[in-house]
Amino acid sequence: MESLERIIAEHPFFEGLDSEFVQLMVSCASNVRFKADTYILKEGDPANTFYLIREGKVAVELFAPQRRPIIVATLGVGELLGWSWLLPPFQWRFHARAIDGVRAIALDGKCLRTKCEENHDLGYAVLKRFAQIMERRLEATRLQLLDVYSVSP
Amino acid sequence: MTLTLQPLVDPMLTHQYVLREIVKETPDTFTLTTEPDIGDHNNSFTPGQFSMLWVFGVGELPISISGDPAKRHQLVYTVRSVGQGTHALVSQSVGNSVGVRGPLGTGWPLEAAGGKDVILVAGGIGLAPLRPLVYHVLSNRKDYGRLVLLYGARSPRELLYRKELATWARNHETQVLVTVDYGGLSWRGHVGVVTTLFKYARLQPAHSVAMVCGPEIMMRFVTRELETHGLRREDIYLSMERNMKCAVGFCGHCQYGPYFICKDGPVFRYDQIRPLLEKYEL
Amino acid sequence: MIETLLRRGYEVVGPTVRDGAIVYDRIGSLEQLPAGWTDVQEPGRYQLMSRGDQAFFGYAVGPQSWKKYLHPANVRLWSAERQGQTFRILNNESQLNRPFAFLGVRACELAAIAVQDRVLFQDKFRDPTYAHCSTDKFIVAVQCTRAAATCFCASMGTGPQVTGGFDLALTELLGDTEHRFLAECGSDHGAEVLAELEVSPASEEDRQQLEVGIKEATNQQTRRIDTNGIKNLLYQSFEHPRWDHVAQRCLACANCTMVCPTCFCTTVEDISDLSGDHAERWRRWDSCFTLSFSYIHGGSIRASAKARYRQWMTHKLASWIDQFGTSGCVGCGRCITWCPVGIDITEEVRAIRVGEQNGKP
Repeated sequence: MESLERIIAEHPFFEGLDSEFVQLMVSCASNVRFKADTYILKEGDPANTFYLIREGKVAVELFAPQRRPIIVATLGVGELLGWSWLLPPFQWRFHARAIDGVRAIALDGKCLRTKCEENHDLGYAVLKRFAQIMERRLEATRLQLLDVYSVSP
Repeated sequence: MTLTLQPLVDPMLTHQYVLREIVKETPDTFTLTTEPDIGDHNNSFTPGQFSMLWVFGVGELPISISGDPAKRHQLVYTVRSVGQGTHALVSQSVGNSVGVRGPLGTGWPLEAAGGKDVILVAGGIGLAPLRPLVYHVLSNRKDYGRLVLLYGARSPRELLYRKELATWARNHETQVLVTVDYGGLSWRGHVGVVTTLFKYARLQPAHSVAMVCGPEIMMRFVTRELETHGLRREDIYLSMERNMKCAVGFCGHCQYGPYFICKDGPVFRYDQIRPLLEKYEL
Repeated sequence: MIETLLRRGYEVVGPTVRDGAIVYDRIGSLEQLPAGWTDVQEPGRYQLMSRGDQAFFGYAVGPQSWKKYLHPANVRLWSAERQGQTFRILNNESQLNRPFAFLGVRACELAAIAVQDRVLFQDKFRDPTYAHCSTDKFIVAVQCTRAAATCFCASMGTGPQVTGGFDLALTELLGDTEHRFLAECGSDHGAEVLAELEVSPASEEDRQQLEVGIKEATNQQTRRIDTNGIKNLLYQSFEHPRWDHVAQRCLACANCTMVCPTCFCTTVEDISDLSGDHAERWRRWDSCFTLSFSYIHGGSIRASAKARYRQWMTHKLASWIDQFGTSGCVGCGRCITWCPVGIDITEEVRAIRVGEQNGKP
């Protein structure tokens, strides 16, 4: 069984951050489980916790009237779920549903964002990592938008 | 004074093949199994090659061979119905004859991949010309390292060869990852473009050869991803597509920069065509 | 000589006047040759003018080239007939019974034939139609003693002098009282034909007239393409603003590809009769200037006229070198003359080269 500490410390998002701070994150972290088809977070709820997925897949979903929920993306092992805890208004923008049984590490987003406000060096390092991940997701989303496999007119 | 015609193989002459089976893979894609009608036409091909398939009185189309190269008595094609020609092809009845010219073009680099991990990245119908390579690697396991197949399709009902994907995944040292652009409620797999699968793939980039086939935009994104993951440009191969009429280098239609896709391709090494990929309207 | 060639079983093809131009057609006698005609050529302009003498070959080149016969515009590849669920391919009868004798082949045209030989008969696949039409052909070349304003063969290294690849090469020697031809023999077949004609050894003055004529033809050429490093120049100029400039003028009418002696692109068409039981596959000339040329499901790759002009010129002057080892252009100038808006390929190259040096269009 890998220790929480090692998993967090070695994850690309936390690697290289001030070790005292990483220790603090570890101390506030906990193992969590979600049964298949249960919701991990819901659109509109306050965003204070984020998750490092250790097992299983999570569907990021949107609901629209008269339509079944639309899965816009899935996240798997090693990925971080949830970003709205970092920037105002600190509210979830999507639903996240465990597709199969999911094991994850829950991390204290509220604590991390408070520390970022107090320590701008830390804040900059965190935002840099955040921006990188967002950039890759934006690129993937744009490619998804292009619908490349359809037969164009 | 009479002319003496030098005996020349006519590269534009087609050969009769009988349609033995038509399997509907998805709402618009079909797999056709053909066998030579008369005589002993050469059925051997390298994975990645294509044939020009002729429908009586309608026309000819370049279609990738998608069958098992070890099954020498037949030639199998997977065709997506996107226009008049392909529609006529998939509408043929079992027992009808079609014309076959081929195999044509260059195939996937089996030698260059020898002893290495083989990473296949397929988008949509692009899995068709890669399937013969999967068969080949799985039948010659000791000649290759690990096999990783990353496959993306538009939606779950447009996935090709679903049963085979599951069978392949159960093979020793084989990883099969599938994703769709648009999931549905009953889809419990990955949702997202095929590049999002890379993070789950177990790769040894220094010891791998990658082969990519799909829409050109998808291939551009995928090659970037492969490079980010440490593959060298000389170890990445793409299958390109352009308009083809003769498929033997005479009609000029398939030119891609200085290359004729019909005879210099369709398989190209990435470092050679990288400057061309970025040129709009080339 | 025409009679001799006909007697020896050749299909003689040579220049003749028709519809205000000098075209190539089957020739039966001397009267059909364009005696006393010359051509005035400028970008977008072609006009025949009377010379005031009776020279047979006093012109440069017309809109047609020998590809009309070697790489015909409409060829039936094969036909098939339906038989129940299958079909049977019918043996295609050869459409040519006698070899061609081409009368009046210019140096640039000889070079163009060699270029097409390389493309259609000396590459990975070989075109049986081209082979068939080329078999045993007899070439009577003509040395150019004058150049049209659109000629630039000297800069392309393809002329104006014919130095090889012919059976006979004629230089027209038109004096006040005499009409003679200096004949160079280039092959055994050529010698055989000469043996049947009234010939006498050439004098030194006659030989010098050839030299003088070639010098004239060379010096008269005002246009040129600087071919130094042209392949890389064009490969690197994909984004050059000059393409936009030419795109504003180019109509994508495909005239240039039709008159160019080296353009070889074709398309294949399927035809069937009303009963649906008989099908034919025809090969026809095609042009990269058409929208459908680069069409794949979803749309054309080269949708803009700019992309298509760029493709044609880059292929002709650059990619051709990588593909076949020589330039695709022989400097005949036809594309300049027959372009309805007068686009001049030599000017386009210069503009791109200069722009490259100065960093502006």
